[in-house]
Amino acid sequence: MDSYGLLIDFSACIGCKACMKACKEANNLPGDPGDHLSYSDYTVVKQQGDVFYRQMCMHCLTPTCVSVCPVGAMAKSPEGAITYDGSKCFGCRYCMVACPFSIPKYEWNKAVPVVRKCILCYSRIKEGKEPACAWVCPMGATRFGKRDRLLEIAHTRIARWPDRYIDHVFGEQEVGGTSVLMISPIAFSDIGMRNTLPNEPLPNLTWTILRKIPNIVITGGIVVGGVWWVINRRMELEKENSNGKEGKVEK
Amino acid sequence: MGRKGKLKNKLFLFLPISLMALLGLFLTFKRFYYGLGSVTNLSDAFPWGLWVGFDVVCGVALAAGGFILTAIVYLFNAERYKPVLRPAILTAFLGYILVAVGLLFDLGKPWNIWHPMVMYNPHSVMFEVAWCVILYLSVLALEFGSIVAEALKWKKVVNIFHAVAVPLVLTGVLLSTLHQSSLGSLFLIVPQKLHPLWYSSLLPLHFFLSAVAVGFATVILESYTSSKFLKRGLELDLLVDLGRFLWFALVVHLTVRWQDLFVSGALANYRPGSLEAIAFNLEMALLIGAVVLLTIRRTHRSKLGLFFAAMFALFGVIVNRLNVSIVGMLSDTQSGYFPAFSEIIITAFLAMMGFVAFFTCVHFLPIFPQEDHNAKAELKVQLSA
Ligand code: SF4
Ligand code: SF4
Repeated sequence: MDSYGLLIDFSACIGCKACMKACKEANNLPGDPGDHLSYSDYTVVKQQGDVFYRQMCMHCLTPTCVSVCPVGAMAKSPEGAITYDGSKCFGCRYCMVACPFSIPKYEWNKAVPVVRKCILCYSRIKEGKEPACAWVCPMGATRFGKRDRLLEIAHTRIARWPDRYIDHVFGEQEVGGTSVLMISPIAFSDIGMRNTLPNEPLPNLTWTILRKIPNIVITGGIVVGGVWWVINRRMELEKENSNGKEGKVEK
Repeated sequence: MGRKGKLKNKLFLFLPISLMALLGLFLTFKRFYYGLGSVTNLSDAFPWGLWVGFDVVCGVALAAGGFILTAIVYLFNAERYKPVLRPAILTAFLGYILVAVGLLFDLGKPWNIWHPMVMYNPHSVMFEVAWCVILYLSVLALEFGSIVAEALKWKKVVNIFHAVAVPLVLTGVLLSTLHQSSLGSLFLIVPQKLHPLWYSSLLPLHFFLSAVAVGFATVILESYTSSKFLKRGLELDLLVDLGRFLWFALVVHLTVRWQDLFVSGALANYRPGSLEAIAFNLEMALLIGAVVLLTIRRTHRSKLGLFFAAMFALFGVIVNRLNVSIVGMLSDTQSGYFPAFSEIIITAFLAMMGFVAFFTCVHFLPIFPQEDHNAKAELKVQLSA
C-alpha cells in the first residue's frame, strides 16, 4: 500500500497546540482554537491526566463517510486523504451520523451550510508538502509519511519502550485500518476512543444488503407478477364459465 | 343551523388553521434565513432529530396503506376493497409529498436535492432512499393523476391509465418494499451508536414487516373515520377481514423481532427503569395490545375494537421508528436531544397542511367512487357544518 498517513505519538506531545493553530491557518478557520471539534476546529489537543492527545479525522482506509454519502461529496484520494466537496453535498448529514468516530461537523447557523472536517491538507500534499499539523509540530509527535513506514516506526517504538506505551497501535486494524495511527501511554478507551470497533470496515454492513437489491427487484417482480397472472387467469376462466355474463365475478 | 351558527363554525376551524399557517411560515422563513440551528435542537452530537425521525421515517411508514391496498386490489384482484382504494392512494400520495417537503426542511442545502439523480453512489443507503422517494412519488402521482383525469372526464387519459395500471402498481409495490426496508438499512451502519435493543442486522426486514402491518392499520382507520364522518367506508365483514390480515402481519413481525432479540442476546442490555427500557416497553405494549384486541373475538368483530387495535398497531410502529431514529441513539451520543418547540411546530404545520389537502381533495375529486350528486351535497353540508 502506497498511501500516506500520520503517526501521532501521545507520549511525545507536550500540549503546545501549535498543530491547532497551524490547522486554523492552513484551512482558513475562524476564531481562536476551541476545546472540542467543531466547524471551526478540525483538530483539538486534549488532556487526560498528564497525557496530551489529539482528535481529528482518522482518514479511514475504507471510510464510512465516503460509503454513506449519497452524492459522492466525500471521496477518498489516491494519497489516502478523505476529501469533501461542498458543492456536491446537499446536507443530509448521514456522514455525521455514520462516522464511527463522529468526526464530521456542521455549520448549524448558516443559511448555506457545509460539512466541516479535516481533509489531511490535501492541497498541501499535492504540492509535495506535509499537512500543516505535522509540519509545525516541534516534538515530532505528529509525523507525516507513508502509512507502511509509520506503522513500522510505531511498532519499533512500542517494542523499544514497552513501559512508555500500551501495546496497541490505534488505527492499524480498527474499522479496517485508518491512515492516521496513534500510539499512547494510556488506554485508548480512556481518551474517548471506542474499544468496541470491529476490525471489519463498517461499509460492509450495508453493502451486503444493498448489493442484493437487483435480486430482490427481479425475484419480487416475477413472484408478484406471477401471482397476479395466475389470479387474473383464473378469474377470466370463471367469467367464461359463467357463459359470458358481463360484470365481475365477485360482487 | 342558522347562518350565524355556520359562520361561527367556520371561524372555529379557520382561525386555528390560519394562525398555525402564519406561525409555520414565519418559522420556515427563520429556518431558511438563519439556518437549521435557529429553529432546531440539532447539534454536532445529534445531527438527526424529529424531522428525520418523524417526518421522514414515520411518514413513509404511515403511507404504507397505499402499496398494501393497490397490491390487494390490482394484483390479488380482491375488488371488494375497492371503496377504500382511492383514499389509501390519496393518503400515500399526500404522505409522500409531506416526506419530501419534510426533507426540504431538514436537508442543509435542499436546493441540491436533485444531486442524487446525477451523482451516483450505489454504496449509500441514502442514495437508495432518495431514489425510492423520487420514483415512488412519481408512481403515486400517476395513480393519483388517474383519479384527477376521471374527475375531469378525460376519457383517453383514463383509458391509458387503465392499460398501464397493473405494471404501474407492480412497480409501486416493489419500490415500497425497497423503500420501507431501506429506512431500516439506514441504521445498519451505526452498530456502536444505536442501542442493542434496536440495532440488528435484520433492521430492513423488521422495518418492512412492520410497515405491512401499518398498511393494514391505516386502511382500517381510514375506513373507520370515513364511515364516521363522511358516511362512507367498508362493511363490517371486510373490516374484520382486514383485521385478520393486520393480526397476521403483526404476529409475523413480532415473531421475527423476538426471535432476533433472543438470538442476538440483545435483551441482556435491557436495564429496567432506563429510558430505553421504558421506550421498548411502550413499543411492545402497543403492538402486543393490538394483537390481543384482534385475538379476542368480541373486539375483533366490533368496529370500535378494530379501531383501537389499528390505533395500537399504528402508534406501536410510530414508537418503534422514533426509538430507532431518536431514543436508541441518545445514550451513546450523550446529547440529551429533545426537539425544540419550533421543530415540533413545523412538523405540526406540515401535518396540518396534509389534512387540509386531504379534505380539499375529498371535496373536489371522486375519492369515494360511488358518490352520487346527493352524497356530494350531503358531504358539503357535513364539511361546512
Ligand atoms: S474518521 Fe470518520 S470522517 Fe474521517 S474518514 Fe473515517 S469515517 Fe470519514
Ligand atoms: S451531509 Fe453532505 S457530505 Fe455528508 S453524507 Fe450528506 S451529502 Fe454527503
